[in-house]
Amino acid sequence: MAEATHETVHRHEPPKSFIRKYIFSLDHKVIGIQYILLALSAVLVGMTMSVLMRMNLSWPGTHWPIMGTLFPTGAPGGVMTPEFYLSLVTMHGTIMVFFVLTTAPQGGFGNYILPIQIGADDMAFPFLNMMSFWVTFVGFLVLLAAIFASGGATVGSIGGWTQYAPLSALGEIAGPGQGMGVTLWVISIAIFCVGSLLGALNFITTLLNMRTRGMSLMRMPLTCWAWFTTAVLALLSFPVLLAAGILLLLDRLAGTSFFIPGSEYVSGILSGSDPRLPYHAGGSPLLWQHLFWFFGHPEVYIAILPGMGATSHILSTFARKPIFGYRAMVFAIFAIGMLGFFVWGHHMFISGMSPYSAVAFSILTLSIGVPSAIKTFNWIGTLWGAKIRFTTPMLFAIGFVSVFVAGGITGLVLGQTSLDFFFHDTYFVTAHFHLVMGVASIFGMFAATYFWFPKMFGRMMNEALGKFHFWVTFLGVYAIFIPFHAMGMVGMPRRYANFSEYEFLKNTHGLVLFVSIAAIITVAVQSVFYFNLIWSVFKGKKVGDNPWEATTLEWTTATPPPHDNFAGVAPVVYRGPYEFSVPGAPKDFVMQTEPEGIEVPAGLGETSGNGGDGHKH
Amino acid sequence: MGRLLGIAIWIITLGSVWMFVSKRWWFPEAISEHGPSVDRQFMLTIIVCGIAFAAAQIGLGWMVWKYRETASQDRATYSHGNNRLEIIWTIVTAVVFISLAVMGQRVWAALHLHAAPAGSYQIEVVAQQFSWNFHYPGKDNVFGRTDPKLIDDSSLNYLGLDDTDPNAKDDSVVSTLAIPVNRPVELVLRSKDVTHSFWVPQLRFKQDLVPGMAIHVHFTATKVGKYELACAELCGMNHYKMKSYMLVLPEDEFRDLAALPQNQFQARRDELLNKYQLPRY
Repeated sequence: MAEATHETVHRHEPPKSFIRKYIFSLDHKVIGIQYILLALSAVLVGMTMSVLMRMNLSWPGTHWPIMGTLFPTGAPGGVMTPEFYLSLVTMHGTIMVFFVLTTAPQGGFGNYILPIQIGADDMAFPFLNMMSFWVTFVGFLVLLAAIFASGGATVGSIGGWTQYAPLSALGEIAGPGQGMGVTLWVISIAIFCVGSLLGALNFITTLLNMRTRGMSLMRMPLTCWAWFTTAVLALLSFPVLLAAGILLLLDRLAGTSFFIPGSEYVSGILSGSDPRLPYHAGGSPLLWQHLFWFFGHPEVYIAILPGMGATSHILSTFARKPIFGYRAMVFAIFAIGMLGFFVWGHHMFISGMSPYSAVAFSILTLSIGVPSAIKTFNWIGTLWGAKIRFTTPMLFAIGFVSVFVAGGITGLVLGQTSLDFFFHDTYFVTAHFHLVMGVASIFGMFAATYFWFPKMFGRMMNEALGKFHFWVTFLGVYAIFIPFHAMGMVGMPRRYANFSEYEFLKNTHGLVLFVSIAAIITVAVQSVFYFNLIWSVFKGKKVGDNPWEATTLEWTTATPPPHDNFAGVAPVVYRGPYEFSVPGAPKDFVMQTEPEGIEVPAGLGETSGNGGDGHKH
Repeated sequence: MGRLLGIAIWIITLGSVWMFVSKRWWFPEAISEHGPSVDRQFMLTIIVCGIAFAAAQIGLGWMVWKYRETASQDRATYSHGNNRLEIIWTIVTAVVFISLAVMGQRVWAALHLHAAPAGSYQIEVVAQQFSWNFHYPGKDNVFGRTDPKLIDDSSLNYLGLDDTDPNAKDDSVVSTLAIPVNRPVELVLRSKDVTHSFWVPQLRFKQDLVPGMAIHVHFTATKVGKYELACAELCGMNHYKMKSYMLVLPEDEFRDLAALPQNQFQARRDELLNKYQLPRY
């Protein structure tokens, strides 16, 4: 691979005004923090909604005075209506998937750390970078506007974050919140697509073109590989969502019939006979599902890959050991990314699509478990023979492996067509994706936050608070999501506002209650994290450039890094990213910039020939 | 901290495995011909999952216990990995996963890659917000013509049955599904408005009903009784109570019901709903 020659030219002068420094900044470090702040705000809204959902399910019919005051139509007398509940489900999913899991891991930490880890002074297109954040931010504002679209009867649309047509395409006649609530949702997501695409272009170009001298592709930290692959997935999948959104808007506003078939009879009205339901013919509801999931499946890998990269990186650092099987890890990231495009139909086994396609999708789906398993084995292999330092980032990285396994393993169940007869649209699915995507991703972000906070702010986060945060969260998420599997075993359907109508669900109340209590506690303890963040920015213990004794380029530069990351002197890289515990080296870590002179003794480090240390094997 | 973490991971593993092994929350009894095969495939899969889950978590816990940093240790073991091990565990994983995948197609193929057997009793199912309509062809075993323009919910013509069609005269449309036991049944699934999904847990069967499509499915129920039918695809505000029942009737009882004229069908259906009880949960 050609190594980029890097010129240390200031491509943009350091900003002077407050607005140029902190608001409309071109600096990838500021933009990264802006994305993280956006995610931190969005997740508060998402968590609040999930607590409200739990309260409704656990204590149905209870009068909550504050709900009655805030939402007199949505919760008359303080009792939530079913449509209000469904709008919470919709917004919770939308906010969490898009504005938390697709912002912080990639746009947040990726933006901040990637350029520094490859020795660049900024992203390839700083202006596009700034635009990508602000476009995403506007998308969030539009989504928040959707909350008010139905005047308080709901907090937006009721069709789930998946917005299946025709429910999403028919307009208000299909249900409360399906008018302006859906329109604003689609516009918000379309804007988000644009923001994501701008970001993806930047990541790919930067990584390919702006690596410093000596930083070959196979000497890059695994975080960079993860961000790169994620950007490729985003570049290829978000346009499809954008197209789908445009078609949906046309169906809703321009009388087209991409997703709406003929002879629709809704709420007593036949399509074409009344202005509330215009004439439609020839459309396919399945088309929406294909377009949505062609995006939607790569999207879940977009959400998790950065966390995998961070976990590999942090596990190696605090195990004081090279990552086990660097080459295999890179291969696995590629395989996951590529196979991720071939499996979307596993969301649609039961949909009415061809059962032959279902068989193909099913077999491909179980294949994607193989690279995921490789990564898991290699994470555990990294810990074998290690000398583990149990810092807070390390705890969350280990926690990532645990919850990823717990959530991922049930993919073997859900990926089989014959088992999907029972499990589709039950809480078993909800258990799976919350653990493997939601929780694992969040653990990756927590690990990343505690790890890179000192580099960003020159101070440590408080270790005692961090460990407390870890323990309650780790136990809490298991207490919430393991019981969801049991609910699925009984056949409990998703997106039910309450379970009182069915005899076969009557024995689940204990489980539902247990989960809600665990959820309330787990959500509450996140306040410790927020407090720690804010307090530590001002009062955290001050540190130098490399408090963790890590090896990659961000730890060679000042804390916090200067505007152009390396004070005008581009680093030169001589070895791989995970040279810990090298026998004969003076310390138990050798930085990537350490010149020749520390050789790996003959006979060691040759086991995988993976060039992890950059030497010719 | 390493020991505490190891123990915590093991306790979580134990609890999770117990939740399944105890069968305290489990499938309701299977009442279809293909049901036991689904359950067997599930048992095989969950055992493989359980072993993989436990092995990974126990391994993780063991690593964090054993390799916690101690004063005596100078360095960790310097190793970049082990290619042979990578290849072995990749192949083993691939073989296990692909085998499960292939086995997991069998019941699906039996139900979906073959048409309904000859002699299946056909019932049309039309879903709407928020109720179920089951269209029985009556004594002549021919479905009467339906026309969307004739649909009128307020006058209870939910399907738009055309009463000028002689075949429609003996058809019945009611909100309960009644099928014969031990005889293949073919359902033709349709929807008037949005996507719904037909879900009877005991049947081990689920299928979406999509507007604009007529989806043919078939199965055979093997146990007489009354079972709840739930909608399993978000269809609007009352999705949580889009409920009905499936009655599985002895052959003669079903034959008599199916032959009843329109004006007696509903009442007999009510009697049968009262006669049979839901399973005990």
